[in-house]
Amino acid sequence: MSRAGHTIAQAFRQIGRNRAMTAASVFAITAMLLILGIFFIIIINVNTAAETVKKDYNTIEVFLKDNTPAAAVKAAENEASAWENVKAVKYRTKEEAMDILKKRWGDSAYLLNSLSRNPLPDSLVITVSDLSAANAVAEKARGLQGAEDVKFYKDTVDKLMKATNGIQIAALIIMAFLILVSVVVVSNTIKLTVLNRSEEISIMKYVGATNWFIRGPFLAEGIVIGAFSALISWGLVTFIYGRIIARIGKDVLSVISMPLVPNAFLSVNLLCIFLALGISIGAWGSIISMRRFLDT
Amino acid sequence: MIDFDHVTKNYRTKMGDNIGLDDVTVSIDKGEFVFLVGPSGAGKSTFIKLIMKEIDADSGSIKVKGREVTTMSNRQIPIHRRNLGIVFQDFRLLENKTVFENVAFAMEITHQTKRAINRQVPQVLSLMGISNYAQKYPGELSAGEQQRVAIGRAVVNRPTVLIADEPTGNLDPDTAWEIMQLLEQINQRGTTVLMVTHAKDIVDKMKKRVITIDRGRIVGDMQGAYDLHKYDISGKHKETESFRRVGGLLNRNE
Repeated sequence: MSRAGHTIAQAFRQIGRNRAMTAASVFAITAMLLILGIFFIIIINVNTAAETVKKDYNTIEVFLKDNTPAAAVKAAENEASAWENVKAVKYRTKEEAMDILKKRWGDSAYLLNSLSRNPLPDSLVITVSDLSAANAVAEKARGLQGAEDVKFYKDTVDKLMKATNGIQIAALIIMAFLILVSVVVVSNTIKLTVLNRSEEISIMKYVGATNWFIRGPFLAEGIVIGAFSALISWGLVTFIYGRIIARIGKDVLSVISMPLVPNAFLSVNLLCIFLALGISIGAWGSIISMRRFLDT
Repeated sequence: MIDFDHVTKNYRTKMGDNIGLDDVTVSIDKGEFVFLVGPSGAGKSTFIKLIMKEIDADSGSIKVKGREVTTMSNRQIPIHRRNLGIVFQDFRLLENKTVFENVAFAMEITHQTKRAINRQVPQVLSLMGISNYAQKYPGELSAGEQQRVAIGRAVVNRPTVLIADEPTGNLDPDTAWEIMQLLEQINQRGTTVLMVTHAKDIVDKMKKRVITIDRGRIVGDMQGAYDLHKYDISGKHKETESFRRVGGLLNRNE
């Protein structure tokens, strides 16, 4: 029998022998991965939501003084375009600004018609590529030729970023904790298998088996347990998330006016993440439990 | 073949140091049949464990087949052990494997092909006189038959040294004698045999080299028999023995 063949066959034999313990660890890891998956989905959706919201706030409006000469406007526009983190600079006349305002007011726009003269200023609309640089850009914009005032939703953006960061960090801490617990659970299962076979292992060592020959099957066992749990939890999470999207997705959409991340996209990513996590949890768990028994 | 040069090994316990071996220098040549005798706790197991590199010596040099064992890296230990076949008093067979599988197991470990296994295992089983039991499980065999399987497992990889740790300890005199003849046969095929024993009658009957250990020192090394009057290998130093046992247990739990 080839070496890899032996290792894998032995791993499945071991799994067959302690079915109960294997089931227990698959169950535990699956539960961990399920919670992990929920956090993952929350993070992804918070991120997407944050990105969507940020898009509305990534513009800085620079109001220009009345009667700024066209050449000065052009110069300011060129200057701003050359700055770092600036995606686009657009000149907006007071007439365009009025149109946008009227659109925003919708049915009440007729009220604006009663104005005798357009009170809005001309402006430069600067779109930043990186929201975290918006503060600096806004500061610089104040120094532009003809600039009268700069409008930028600083507080809102700051709060939003703080909130998303907070959620992400909290979720990461919880996820790390869950991973740790899973590793302990797997390592206990493998420890039992190692104890069950301690007689065999000691004989193997006497006869001259290399450590990897002995470890291989245990490592494979951990990996199989991890991968199997990953598949189960992936199936469950994908199914549940699909149901959530189908049931309430659309209602939520219209209320908070942002999309939930589509299931297809999430499911592929989740499969990769779950498999990677499951396999590393399994491998890590078995390595920990073996280290104590097989140091020579 | 096996060369000990001023080898000392102490076991550190909470009750102080216990001597395992104390400045032992001895050589065993290729093809020899050697008995290692002495009271329990005298250092026989330490001697064997040092050869197997199950434990490390405190000082001195141990060479097996000219290779220094004391400085061997963990990686080299499995390769080193493939030169040594080992047989225990309690057989240590795998109960869930057949006789054939128990012997084949030793070959699988050294990554040998299925074809080589299928060729060599039946040969060994027939040499051990247990060909008929190939498909039986250890539980279905008598103690003597089980020990034959264990010896088969120890020699199937053609080791240069066969270490037998009280191989007849669990056997009745007739069966013990059969096993001794088997070991002699293996020895005649060129394998060096080192056997630890308490059985005076066997040692006397075999007329081989006898190394006597007591309190970690070699106190006798002669051809034919041990010095019966000076060293009662089966029972002297009872008090020290129990002390050492306790020490050994503590040591293991550390």
